Amino acid sequence: MVEQDKILNEVTQSEYKYGFITEIDTDIIDKGLNEDVVRTIWKKKNEPEFMLGFRLEAFRKWQKMKMPNWAYLKVPPIDFQEISYYAAPKKKPQYESLDEVDPELIETFNKLGIPLEEQKHLAGVAVDAVIDSVSVKTTFKETLAEQGIIFCSFSEAVQEHPDLVQKYLGQAVPVADNYFAALNSAVFSDGSFCYIPKGVKCPMELSTYFRINAANTGQFERTLIVADDDSYVSYLEGCTAPMRDENQLHAAVVEIIALDRAEVKYSTVQNWYPGDKNGKGGIYNFVTKRGVCRGVSSKISWTQVETGSAITWKYPSCILMGDNSVGEFNSVAVTNNHQQADTGSKMIHIGKNTKSTIISKGISAGKSDNSYRGLVKVLPGAINSRNFSQCDSLLLNDTCGAHTFPYIEVGNKSSIVEHEATTSKIGEDQIFYCNQRGIDTEKAIGMIVNGYAKEVLNKLPMEFAVEAQKLLQISLEGSVG
Amino acid sequence: MLIIKDLYVSVEGMEILKGINLKVKPGEIHAIMGPNGSGKSTLANVLAGKEEYEVTSGEVTYTGEDLLEMSPEDRAREGLFLSFQYPVEIPGVPMVNFLKTSINEQRKYRGQEELTAGEFLKYMREKMELVDMHTKLTNRSVNEGFSGGEKKKNEIFQMALLEPKLAILDETDSGLDIDALKTVARGVNTLRSPENATIVVTHYQRLLDYIIPDYVHVLYQGKIVKSAGKELALELEEKGYDWIKKEMAV
Ligand SMILES: Nc1ncnc2c1ncn2[C@@H]1O[C@H](COP(=O)(O)OP(=O)(O)O)[C@@H](O)[C@H]1O
Ligand SMILES: [Mg+2]
Repeated sequence: MVEQDKILNEVTQSEYKYGFITEIDTDIIDKGLNEDVVRTIWKKKNEPEFMLGFRLEAFRKWQKMKMPNWAYLKVPPIDFQEISYYAAPKKKPQYESLDEVDPELIETFNKLGIPLEEQKHLAGVAVDAVIDSVSVKTTFKETLAEQGIIFCSFSEAVQEHPDLVQKYLGQAVPVADNYFAALNSAVFSDGSFCYIPKGVKCPMELSTYFRINAANTGQFERTLIVADDDSYVSYLEGCTAPMRDENQLHAAVVEIIALDRAEVKYSTVQNWYPGDKNGKGGIYNFVTKRGVCRGVSSKISWTQVETGSAITWKYPSCILMGDNSVGEFNSVAVTNNHQQADTGSKMIHIGKNTKSTIISKGISAGKSDNSYRGLVKVLPGAINSRNFSQCDSLLLNDTCGAHTFPYIEVGNKSSIVEHEATTSKIGEDQIFYCNQRGIDTEKAIGMIVNGYAKEVLNKLPMEFAVEAQKLLQISLEGSVG
Repeated sequence: MLIIKDLYVSVEGMEILKGINLKVKPGEIHAIMGPNGSGKSTLANVLAGKEEYEVTSGEVTYTGEDLLEMSPEDRAREGLFLSFQYPVEIPGVPMVNFLKTSINEQRKYRGQEELTAGEFLKYMREKMELVDMHTKLTNRSVNEGFSGGEKKKNEIFQMALLEPKLAILDETDSGLDIDALKTVARGVNTLRSPENATIVVTHYQRLLDYIIPDYVHVLYQGKIVKSAGKELALELEEKGYDWIKKEMAV
């Protein structure tokens, strides 16, 4: 939390510092999507010519695409013309004071130990901290610059490092990779960019703090991380969003490129608003995350704790191109009430001796549905490759669902792919044992679930792990009874 | 401290306890003996508040309050401790976290300051010595990979940490070798005070050589069919449960 405080402060201050609020005060473009809108975004962002080409290609392809329906999700129809595709920070407060904010939300903040000032920001009270699609972070920038590390908003990267952006943008997730990635490529307004030069081990965890704030605006961030030869970086992404009745669309793209012997760790704690107990409101989270291990012996690991969003559609993947490269996916996905999650990973083995591991822990409660979907594909040339997948599901009651959809394709004989899956129900006896020691049922479940997810939580950076543990507990509150 | 009046309990529609009466005063040790399936664990679990056991009639008063009205966690916080016949494993939950949470939840309930990590560890080490608990066990997840005997010892360790008013030991002696048995007895005897009481549920009289009961009750087919002083345990040992069964048949 301390870390996030810092970042948020930074953000608030930087908004003052750069003073761009006055410029683009209440700047939301009209609802709807067409080529003109794409051009408008491009123009507003004052981007170089190649970006227009990128955006228009994506838009034209998107127009011909259909929303995917293969996931185990019931997605209400989304009217893409009813969304505004660009929202810059506004000065207008949504609330005058915390008193106007839903007490339930405040309660949750208190349990998370979020300080009052930050609560205001998160609830959308603060006048100066409203943050939307326009970039969010950039912490410790100067220190990093000394080592040649570039860590800035995507907009800034487009302006100041157009060559790098042009070289790597769309390399992991091509413009028309899928429906939501194409949409993102056409209209994304900001995000983060990170470049670690050859031989540099990034001395600190890099973090972003994404938020959706304005009502009725889609959120389309784009993150691009490039780790040059022999470099290392650990990147944290935390998400939260204020509570709103209407559903909001979030279609982000994250691309990672790891060159020779580079290592990238990408950790996410996703806590977008999940909707209320009756399934009203909440974020629709359609995210494309993909890393390419382009270099030999490179490594990309995804670790995610997903507790939020009404709908989650997300498959952080690794394309293991370089010989001896390694891909990892560690996931805890919690669904409660009416949440739906279809999440998992893809590991595509192309290089020789490539290794991948998938650990997925699904936890379902309420009337939610929680699916693991994974593809492990070993190409004929990827000799001596290995994958191990373990997908466990924990059910907290009889009204929720857990589903596992593993797809495995092995194109050669020297590779080994193993898949293990378990489904279990939380033990009444375990809960009673805790009760008998004076621990109430809610706390007991929190403990048991955290124990169950430990293998994954242990992969998170320390301060994130603590927050994730609290989140798991909070997101399951009221799930028994 | 504990007054059970005419207690009837069913599980899944089957009546298991059929009119139990029992009074336990502070400072006393009661032994409950009886053949397998007579309802000893059922009684222990009902007192601890396990949901699947349905009390169809009767009353239980604990330290002057209606025990059956209290949630299981509040019973624990009020000093009622059950040493489980079959302690469960909780994978991924470190013993130390579990114990610290347990102690602090109880302290919070009683309006005491929570122990800091340092204070807790110091306190824990004292108690570990008392019951011969190894760090190799406290470093693991709750009961995970413990042998049968280690699980039982862990129960007594927790009892020592929580210092309950009323401890119910459900077959804590079964599966223990003689040294472990003595350790368990030492734990119980150390805790013994004029304010605390213990109910020792056991199948064998062996444990009662080390924990001397004030009263021995024989539970048979859901009823207490005989109550007497400690000599009853010896008599049972000598004559076997068939003696009770025959007597009941008459
Ligand atoms: N959860 C349960 N479900 C069904 N039957 C049970 C359950 N618990 C106990 N019983 C039954 O109740 C009777 C008494 O069991 P128990 O109290 O465990 O006896 P004891 O501890 O004296 O050996 C047995 O017939 C047992 O099968
Ligand atoms: Mg028993």
